[in-house]
Amino acid sequence: MHFADNVDYPALLGRPIVFLPLLALLFEALRWWNFAATAIGRGLTGLFSLTGLTPAADNVAVAALATVVVGFNLAVVMRLKLRRQVYIVWLELAALILVFFYSFNLSFDFIARKIGFLITQGLVMTLYISLVSIAIASILALIGAMAKLSSNGIALGVANFYTSLFRGIPLLMQIYMIYMGLPQLGYVVGAVPAGIAALSLCYGAYMTEIFRGGIESIPKGQWEAARALGLKPNATLLRIILPQAMRVIIPPTGNQFIAMLKDSSLVSVVGVWELMYLARTQGQSEFRHIEMMITASLIYWLFSILLELLQGRVERYYGRAHAR
Amino acid sequence: MSSVITVAPMPADEQETTTPAVEIRGLHKWYGAFEALGGVDLTVAAGERLVICGPSGSGKSTLIRTINALESFDEGEIRVDGIALTREPGTVEAVRQRVGMVFQQFNLFPHLTVLENCALPLRLVRGLPAPEARERALHYLAKVRIPEQADKFAAQLSGGQQQRVAIARALAMEPDLMLFDEPTSALDPEMVKEVLDAMVQLAAEGMTMVVVTHEMGFARQVADRVIFMDRGKIVEEGPPQTFFTHPREARTRAFLQQVLRVH
Ligand SMILES: Nc1ncnc2c1ncn2[C@@H]1O[C@H](COP(=O)(O)OP(=O)(O)OP(=O)(O)O)[C@@H](O)[C@H]1O
Ligand SMILES: [Mg+2]
Repeated sequence: MHFADNVDYPALLGRPIVFLPLLALLFEALRWWNFAATAIGRGLTGLFSLTGLTPAADNVAVAALATVVVGFNLAVVMRLKLRRQVYIVWLELAALILVFFYSFNLSFDFIARKIGFLITQGLVMTLYISLVSIAIASILALIGAMAKLSSNGIALGVANFYTSLFRGIPLLMQIYMIYMGLPQLGYVVGAVPAGIAALSLCYGAYMTEIFRGGIESIPKGQWEAARALGLKPNATLLRIILPQAMRVIIPPTGNQFIAMLKDSSLVSVVGVWELMYLARTQGQSEFRHIEMMITASLIYWLFSILLELLQGRVERYYGRAHAR
Repeated sequence: MSSVITVAPMPADEQETTTPAVEIRGLHKWYGAFEALGGVDLTVAAGERLVICGPSGSGKSTLIRTINALESFDEGEIRVDGIALTREPGTVEAVRQRVGMVFQQFNLFPHLTVLENCALPLRLVRGLPAPEARERALHYLAKVRIPEQADKFAAQLSGGQQQRVAIARALAMEPDLMLFDEPTSALDPEMVKEVLDAMVQLAAEGMTMVVVTHEMGFARQVADRVIFMDRGKIVEEGPPQTFFTHPREARTRAFLQQVLRVH
């Protein structure tokens, strides 16, 4: 836990009063669910050659077996070091998700045929849109935050209106409004630039608030010390305040980046060939929607994980002064 | 030799011609309807060590923070090294380059190491190249006897060490005048001495100092003049000998009785 105490309380899952009811609940749920008939259940049945009984007895046996496996697994993992626990639990849960996907009877042959195009066109476009939008949104957010903290009424008014408008209107509408509205003003804009503009403006508005909060979290004394030393406003903000605010800004900003990666799929409504668009259209010809959706989802997930790892590194960098 | 003469008071006509470090005339400041400074007149000669004391809320911080424009004022006039302080960026920059400040809460930059705390302002404000900034920072860290902590972060130092770094950081800018706002009030008793020692040494080197403090021992030892403030006004002032032994005002006596009992 944060600021760990020096008392070894018994692990929650190590208490019989917790784990026995939990396992009982699990057993009942599995039985009720008719777990023996699921893909994992069938796997277990085959593995331990439990066949030959009545389906009902089979179900109870498989549910009991699965419960014992889970219980044993918990007992083993609980005795490991924290880092290993995290990795093992992570891998086990990931394996469960994959088995879940696997149980859809996917055509891997179809996936293999399409994945190349999904990546070279769809993923590349998704990453392109996301990264450009993230960069622009960060700049907008910094400008927005400075405007909101300034004593200039015009800047304040513009910034307030901006965040209100772009946080208040659905992103989908913003994309339509830019793509179809700008031509009304005599300026024809491509689908990709329109999507980037909408994502940047929308996320810039959210991140304006994150940046403002981060900057405001730095105590007045830091500003005063910088000023007393003769630092000018830009140097004070960029060299003294922002680097400290980063500690507060990074975690929610990482959230925003991940959300933006997936919200870039909204751009598919104006016909941009990004990952989600291709996932929906490529499956149509052979009625293999699920294959494409799952593949696309896993690709999104993979890149979200990369962003999470990146966020962890940046957080450690800006938090290094606080790690003793 | 003239160097012998410098310990003696300057002749009156020469005092006229030397620019005072700080010259404050008729200074007023209001927070809304509350008068924080009610007409302060104060001159600090170059090389003088001035101690300001007074009860909580009497306006000591407000007064010294107006000198480097951390606080605004409503009426009156402030001159620092002859520069009339306005809200104009050029004058404020010029004044802040001449005035160093040490705060009660240290205000070290926590994201920088001790060395960077001292070197970064040198690069940003004085435009020193990194190696020279580093060298000068180390020189002043050595002066406050803390060079071995140069690569630590502020949070890894004790309060007394942090305050000495803050002093080194201000000194590295090589100011003409140093302001101290209760530099030892946030410290545990055993750390007060190490900070006061650094300040005594600084005084011995001839730095012009304006110190808000309740450390009456320091005032006796170092101050050329002690000022007592109450309710935004200077009530009494004088050299420490007479100030402590024969305070004229009843308010000063009451205040001194309190602090001297506590300390
Ligand atoms: N921002 C502010 N708004 C309103 N009143 C303020 C503000 N800052 C200070 N004051 C008031 O001005 C008066 C002088 O404050 P100041 O901080 O200068 O006192 P001080 O002599 O330094 O006291 P202390 O010994 O507690 O530091 C106090 O009564 C305080 O309440
Ligand atoms: Mg004060």
